[in-house]
Amino acid sequence: MSAVLVPTVRIQRQDFDVAAEIAGLTQGRADIGAVVTFSGLCRDEQGALSALELEHYPGMAEAEIGRIATEAVQRWPLQGLTVIHRHGKVRPGENIVLVVAASAHRQAAFEAANFLMDYLKSRAPFWKKEHRTDGSEGGWVEAKEADAQAAGRWKSPSE
Amino acid sequence: MTTRLIYFAWVRERIGMPEEDVELPAGIDTVADLLRWLQSRGEGYEHALQYPDVIRVAINQEHVDHREKISGAREIALFPPMTGG
Repeated sequence: MSAVLVPTVRIQRQDFDVAAEIAGLTQGRADIGAVVTFSGLCRDEQGALSALELEHYPGMAEAEIGRIATEAVQRWPLQGLTVIHRHGKVRPGENIVLVVAASAHRQAAFEAANFLMDYLKSRAPFWKKEHRTDGSEGGWVEAKEADAQAAGRWKSPSE
Repeated sequence: MTTRLIYFAWVRERIGMPEEDVELPAGIDTVADLLRWLQSRGEGYEHALQYPDVIRVAINQEHVDHREKISGAREIALFPPMTGG
């Protein structure tokens, strides 16, 4: 019986290297059969957006993503899990968030990555403010009801 | 007891500061009580908290709902619905 997997969670200003993060989970191992990677990038909204400013709650951001990642590890048989979320100013085309889930078979990795993203959207303490190319302040991005509903579908009937 | 209040995003902008230490008066037992009391502290608070139902709250860095008791909380954060990911 292997030890319980401890997920890697990083909240950072700097960019990340997707290939290096995948390699970090799989290197030197022969038991991983599936790696699912989700990266979220900043869109330019048809040229209107010059940057997103990501505010976060230091301390709670790490703790909350850690709680979500720990739940994923308990629900699916994962062999590796890395979650990275950036804060600060992110420009169109740049990375915002990364989830890498590794497992023996693909289903667990797909589902865990999907679950992680749904929960990150509605529970991780981050807020996006738009900066617009015309120099005006774009205001705060509004939370989508669809994201809250997406997170709700992972609840067990007893909750 | 002193409680640290922390604000984020438009809640922070409307209140006009990122955090403050407050002495909570007697009778403020729950998150809902706290939101009602804060609303009475001035225009910025009133603007930030005019629709209390949308305000999300964390006590000691964990999400709670508005019925949660706040006794013993060191740190209470108020913020809009999150938009990470």
